Amino acid sequence: MITAGIDIGSITAKAAVLKDGEILGTRVMFTGYNASQAGKNVIDELAKEIQIRVDDLDAVVATGYGRNSVEFATKAITEITCHGAGAHFLNPDIRFIIDIGGQDSKVIRIDENGRVADFAMNDKCAAGTGRFLEVMARALEVDLDGFGDICMQGKEPAKISSICTVFAESEVISLISKGETRENIIAGIHESVASRVSALAKRVGVVEPVMMTGGVAKNIGAVRALEAKLETTIQVSEYAQVNGAIGAAILAGK
Amino acid sequence: MAGQPIINDSEKERRKIKSVSKMKEIMTTYYIEAKTARENGKKVAWITSGGPVEFLIAMDVIPVYPENHGAMIGASKMGVELCEKAEEMGYSRDLCSYARADIACSVTNGGPIGGLPKPDFLVCCNNICGTVLKWYEVAARYYNVPLFILDTPFIHTTMSEASKKYVIAQTYEYIDFLEKQCGKKMDFDRMHQVGKLGVQALRLWQEVLDTAAHKPAPMTAFDAFFHLALIVTLRGTQIAVDYYKQLRDEMNQRIKDKIAMVPNEKYRLLWDNLPVWYRTKWLSDKFSAHNACLVGDTYTSAWSGIMDLIDEDNFIETGAVAYSSVYINVSLDNMLETLKKLIKKYDVDGLVMHSNRSCKPYSLGQYDLQKLVMKELKLPTLIIEADMVDERSFSESQIETRIDAFMETLKA
Repeated sequence: MITAGIDIGSITAKAAVLKDGEILGTRVMFTGYNASQAGKNVIDELAKEIQIRVDDLDAVVATGYGRNSVEFATKAITEITCHGAGAHFLNPDIRFIIDIGGQDSKVIRIDENGRVADFAMNDKCAAGTGRFLEVMARALEVDLDGFGDICMQGKEPAKISSICTVFAESEVISLISKGETRENIIAGIHESVASRVSALAKRVGVVEPVMMTGGVAKNIGAVRALEAKLETTIQVSEYAQVNGAIGAAILAGK
Repeated sequence: MAGQPIINDSEKERRKIKSVSKMKEIMTTYYIEAKTARENGKKVAWITSGGPVEFLIAMDVIPVYPENHGAMIGASKMGVELCEKAEEMGYSRDLCSYARADIACSVTNGGPIGGLPKPDFLVCCNNICGTVLKWYEVAARYYNVPLFILDTPFIHTTMSEASKKYVIAQTYEYIDFLEKQCGKKMDFDRMHQVGKLGVQALRLWQEVLDTAAHKPAPMTAFDAFFHLALIVTLRGTQIAVDYYKQLRDEMNQRIKDKIAMVPNEKYRLLWDNLPVWYRTKWLSDKFSAHNACLVGDTYTSAWSGIMDLIDEDNFIETGAVAYSSVYINVSLDNMLETLKKLIKKYDVDGLVMHSNRSCKPYSLGQYDLQKLVMKELKLPTLIIEADMVDERSFSESQIETRIDAFMETLKA
């Protein structure tokens, strides 16, 4: 049985195709303004790469904010349930997931079957999300891919007190003008994300082992800052960013 | 996605609550009377929703509720425009949206009914929140009318004898105030009658709400939000008593006729906090699509929640104590006890809490309550963040994801 999961996030669209419990391939691209088109494109490109036809897919589950705009999906399931299923597939021992995406940060507690026991999401604010890091990287003229590495060089993280992305940006600019090092500012930014997300995690109650998913999991600085805040080790799979899509593909087979 | 089952029109028609038209008629008459009070030589008093209105009825004063007005503004989706107006006047966006919308209406005569009738005096009871104190002071200054404040101490465990004495003493001051404003003596026989009618209405309202304990429920919390208006505005009158009798009988008939408000009711949920007035239909459809029915709520049962504390033969003294004991004027422990009773009574599968940006006393402590409910009752809970009137605090896709995910966990 060949199934696909499509995860349309606020910044990127992800696709994963599974065949009988094996990952055939995954793909990430920018969502752009047309979520429906992004869903089509991402699966078309992935299908081409792994040399299957989209028509051969037995079932497709769409997830993420654009889940209801993927017309060819068999079903739409929220990213909370999908991340639970995805993390469970990648490592059945996982009991807690921290997913930081473009505009959402969420924490999910799952049971031994990968089912969601409890979850919490950030409130109406983009601080503590991928978009926050993206805005900060731009303000500091640093490539997002290298953001986490520079963070690790910070000796004394600067204090970013603000709770708002826009205000934090001006705070960063004022830190630059005060002569604070770029490394320390970046380390401070990651600490600020970690403290928001760890508060969310503690609300639900952290149960080990913990896995981090979502695009921000690729950022080593964010992972380390969260590990320090939560005093635990965090697993990151190579499939972290496409975990929601993998979970969707698994649920499509059920 | 849970798809909406196909329902034909006649079935839809069957599910409609017939008493709604009567209710609309009563409310229209009520507002016309309030707006023409001056022409008819009657006095108008503004009063907070949790205030002792029975005394006004006994004195033949027409009570008007800015909060009920706020709910109407919210339901008419006029909240943002009015809140923005208040913000232009200098009121913070962090203030209660009922207060903002209502203050703006006083100045613009805007809103769904062109503003409330000008008050002759104001009655403010702080059993529901602290905002009403400042809100009513603003109104008192703006209209240049007297304001009576009934101060109800917060109840941490049980109400102390000193607190009881304090509120009872104020009740007598309240009567003096009314006698002065109306230029006539209180008719205590009439007051006794009104007190009895008030209690009767509360009992009937509770009987209406109790019908939703039946599976499937003949009505939902969304219906309760609508039908609540009379318990707020006309408590203490025969009209409210007659109406709730009619509504209760209709609900019982629906149970007999096996009419469920949510077709295929499978999941029963309890709602906490005020409604999201401008999105009641959207939320109702959203939950229905998941075969979920909000069968009860802490908000509409708050009025009748205190009825057992009232001795109808001694309304003046026991009423004051009861009014002090409303759901949000008590500690979290006391609130938890009420929640537990509701959870048990309605036999619910989950709790949905509206973290209401406007209503601080209602929303503060919800995370603790959530934790306690999950720990002690193992009941799944969901918190959604919104506002009762200010649509700017409602993010559809975020709330949709939370509800869908919550329902997925309930179904799993």
